Amino acid sequence: MHFSPDRFRTTAPPRRITGSEMIWDACVTEGVSILFGHPGGAILPAYDALAMYEADGLLHHVLVRHEQCAAHMADGYARSTGEVGVCVATSGPGATNLVTGIATAQMDSVPIVCITGQVPSPLLGTDAFQEADIVGVTQPVCKHNYLVTDVADLPMVMKEAFYIAREGRPGPVLVDVCKDVQIAEGEFRYDMEVKLPGFDPYPASWQDALAQAADLINTAEAPLIMAGHGIHLAGVSDVLLRIVEKAEIPVVTTLLGTGNITETHPLSLGMGGMHGEAYANEAVQACDVLIALGMRFDDRITGRLDRFAKQASVVHFELDKAEVGKNVQPDVAVVGDLAKTLPALEPLIHPNTHAEWLASLTDRKLSSAGKDILTFELDELVPPFVMRQIWSETTNLRDPGDVLVATDVGQHQMWESQYFVHERAGQLLTSGGLGTMGYGVPAAMGAQMACPDKLVWAIVGDGGFQMTMQELATIQQEKLPVKIAIINNGFLGMVRQWQQIFYDKRYVGTPVLSPDYVMLAAAYGIPACKVEEPGQVAEAVRAANTTDGPYLIDFQVKEEVNVYPMVAPGAAVDELIRRPHIMQDHGGVVPAF
Amino acid sequence: MKHILAAWMRDRPGVLNRVTGLLSRRNFNIDSLQVSASEEPGISRMTFEVSGDDRTLEQVRSQLIKLVDVTRVESFVQEAIVKRELALVRVAVGPEERRQVLDLIQVFEATVEDISRTNMLIQIVGREEKIDSLIGLLRDYHLLEMVRTGPVAIVRSAVANVEPEPALEPARDTWQGGGV
Repeated sequence: MHFSPDRFRTTAPPRRITGSEMIWDACVTEGVSILFGHPGGAILPAYDALAMYEADGLLHHVLVRHEQCAAHMADGYARSTGEVGVCVATSGPGATNLVTGIATAQMDSVPIVCITGQVPSPLLGTDAFQEADIVGVTQPVCKHNYLVTDVADLPMVMKEAFYIAREGRPGPVLVDVCKDVQIAEGEFRYDMEVKLPGFDPYPASWQDALAQAADLINTAEAPLIMAGHGIHLAGVSDVLLRIVEKAEIPVVTTLLGTGNITETHPLSLGMGGMHGEAYANEAVQACDVLIALGMRFDDRITGRLDRFAKQASVVHFELDKAEVGKNVQPDVAVVGDLAKTLPALEPLIHPNTHAEWLASLTDRKLSSAGKDILTFELDELVPPFVMRQIWSETTNLRDPGDVLVATDVGQHQMWESQYFVHERAGQLLTSGGLGTMGYGVPAAMGAQMACPDKLVWAIVGDGGFQMTMQELATIQQEKLPVKIAIINNGFLGMVRQWQQIFYDKRYVGTPVLSPDYVMLAAAYGIPACKVEEPGQVAEAVRAANTTDGPYLIDFQVKEEVNVYPMVAPGAAVDELIRRPHIMQDHGGVVPAF
Repeated sequence: MKHILAAWMRDRPGVLNRVTGLLSRRNFNIDSLQVSASEEPGISRMTFEVSGDDRTLEQVRSQLIKLVDVTRVESFVQEAIVKRELALVRVAVGPEERRQVLDLIQVFEATVEDISRTNMLIQIVGREEKIDSLIGLLRDYHLLEMVRTGPVAIVRSAVANVEPEPALEPARDTWQGGGV
């Protein structure tokens, strides 16, 4: 053993160590055990020091095949645990490759700390080999960042970085450490207090607004909750459920709020917005009080803003004051930590029933084309069927709470959100804000590293998968049992859908050639199969779920299938294109693909 | 509508960049910007003017205060502040026009900082409008070069000797560090 465990107590006595050791001591003391990274010249001293920490089993480094994936893996690690994920890269191209992952984490409020090597401080600004101003580059896409040119600053910077990433509305923080700083020795301690006069993560003056909010909610005849990512981040989905049941308030979720309330719950209307169900969006346009919880009124959920829920009074519970009134001006804003404000709201909410309102929603629910696709006889392999089948086969085998799903971005992402039946908040890992293709596989890997006992599925398209499929090597190297479903339709599907609807079917740049994914997987030593017919889906999913280790399924689905319902950009959320369906002879309806 | 704001920030490398980068990427329309030391060591004070409605102002404030290095943001009611700007103007003036220009300078309480056979360097301090009108008049001559600081502002002490009307907004609206 190189280190005594006492070394990693916050109160451990000050010691003289190198900058490199400071970085890892801070990580271990913060509870980090896994790093996702890729070495290079300017971060070599830190990697050299890492050997001792790896030998002691304190830190494990996952070698990625592209730094973008290191950031996505740290993101998947953070989303699946609520703890800060850490990624490491070298200077210049290593650091710039992180940017997409950092921006993804920033848009979705994911706490990650990115450690990058930088050229030695005397060379800063000289266009030295592999020099890039990564602090300048990432400034607009991270919560905060640091350039460290003096080893004396490093302990406090590391402590602040974790603190800022984690506290308040979470987000990415980048620490750029000059190579000479990594080599230099200095005094390290970790018992100092973080003093940031400009950083007040939890605004505390929400009590007055709370009573007003409760009044509005209690007197509403047709209240509707719109629950976002903030519910999961604050860990209050249980409080949400109690409020919902006590006052009988239906719930629409945002994409990142998926699972805030179990989707089988009678008061759950599922996801709203651009590809939300018609009844969810109609509820938004019919409610009299809209209670927005931990969400930011993104354009994908509001549609045309000047016609969004105009009839309703809006109550907005949100931690980040800058989100209040940014897109939708609320009648009452409760600005504070939902972990505090929502439990404080609970006793103020009167038990209530909204029979008439709920009945009107049930009517709307029945009038939309059925989603129960497993009961339909299909002669073609359509993606919604694949989605439902993956979910039902997987949850037949495993408790739904033990299943995590990471998606890429595009049609399959929307089908996943529509056809999986999410049980709990945080079950779905997806790039909602930035919409990053290539996110799914590395995010699933980060989640699997963090939660080895969970069954992790990566649902990806043939377009996005080809952006980060080099990580199959990392999957093998780390022996990660991630299951990958490629929804392979030969197109960049969502872009093609827009071209079909808005650009007169001119499919420019959207047909995608794929390799033989079964052969590709075989080249990495990963078992795989191809599915071409509806009858083969269940068996393939069972094979994946019962194989120890990774498994890849190439679902060769029908090519030109669209995601419905759909709110066209610029349209109001209730002006949606409904899911096409066919009336059957006996009066039932089936979706038409 | 023009709003005048002041932001206090920790004097750290790149902090100016953080603030201006934020304002530009959020698409806020900044009319002027001025940075200087503040009364507190290690804290810089930035004064700037933003065009937009009250909602824009609210967004500028709440986005600014989110920056970790920004410790305080205040927006001012125009009537309750002393706002000043300084300009240096070089005009081509030969001996025959010198007298006319000196008359103008006297009226505006400006000063001559440098003078040569062919030109004159004038300094003027005051409200924006006053500077605008002197510069306007100097344009009748050949205006060679000009630099303006942009306005700086500070709140008047307790709205001097005036009984405050109850409906009046407070002279300043302070936001202490509230970044998340």
